[in-house]
Amino acid sequence: MKNLFGFLISLALGIVLILVLADTSAFPAFGDVNLADRISEQYFNITNVEEVGSANLVTAIVVGFRGFDTLGEVTVLFISALGVAFIFGGVKQKRLDLNFKPNFMLRVGSNILFGIILVTSIYIIFHGHLTPGGGFPGGAIIASAVLLLYLADDRFRSNVKGFKILEGVAGSVFVVIGLLGLVLATAFLQNFLPVGTVGNLVSAGIIPVIYVLIGLKVGSEIAGIVDNFLTEEESA
Amino acid sequence: MIQYAAIILFVFGLYGLFTNRNVIKMIVSLNIMEIGLNIFIVSIGYVNGGAIAPIISSTQDLGLIYVDPLPQALVLTAIVIGVGTTALGLAIAKSIYKTYQTFDLDEMGESA
Repeated sequence: MKNLFGFLISLALGIVLILVLADTSAFPAFGDVNLADRISEQYFNITNVEEVGSANLVTAIVVGFRGFDTLGEVTVLFISALGVAFIFGGVKQKRLDLNFKPNFMLRVGSNILFGIILVTSIYIIFHGHLTPGGGFPGGAIIASAVLLLYLADDRFRSNVKGFKILEGVAGSVFVVIGLLGLVLATAFLQNFLPVGTVGNLVSAGIIPVIYVLIGLKVGSEIAGIVDNFLTEEESA
Repeated sequence: MIQYAAIILFVFGLYGLFTNRNVIKMIVSLNIMEIGLNIFIVSIGYVNGGAIAPIISSTQDLGLIYVDPLPQALVLTAIVIGVGTTALGLAIAKSIYKTYQTFDLDEMGESA
């Protein structure tokens, strides 16, 4: 009965959504879009592109035009990491036991993979303004490298304190760069470095700097969450 | 028609949220809803006629047809927030399991 009721509500909502989003002037059909009608047109404007200097236009929006938004986003992630740490609480010393004993090959192989994954994440973070990627995916890859070591090595315990310091420093430097924009230019998080040629590795002013900081912050935050999930209070 | 697929995915998630009483399954349902919405928002930015990803190699490329970069930027934000809420939800689920030894909301009331 309850399942039927839920099914009917979901079905009705789905039908209403599909009918409302039919091919109208306010909401055109899939792909039937003229970008000139939209606000996004300005991101392709050559003066705007040269002012921000990022070849990846998504990065230009996320860090360049909407940098303040991204600061809020990083703050939300920080608060959720804080919430996870708060819920698990207490003094945690012992990591969860694996139900198998990792042999020599697994431990050495995972250590080699850790390096490769870390190098990949650094590449993705540093090329955030040129290729798909950036600070958020790169940070998640760093955290996945830490998770690999947790799952493959029964004695591994990450340096939680170091991650917390890294996270705090990265977040603070992000805000300091924003304030420098206020002092040296006119607005918070405004670019104050030379932009350079669009498409070069060293270009786009403060965008690569901010994305490296975001990568470090996101990586250490998610690694901290992983650590919180894989440790427990010492019973003894 | 990928927009309809996204709406159907969203509705599947909603149905799962209505009918499941298991905390982990509810979190999975929330994630399915979120993925549906993200696909929907990205699909808004698609432009017909051989549009390519909004990444230029130099300023001479600006005349080409690109997809709308703004929905992609917004979805990037939404994914990160989704990771945060999922982590928080799983943390709450773990502490629920520690207290009641069950993930099921119905069994919880009986044992308490």
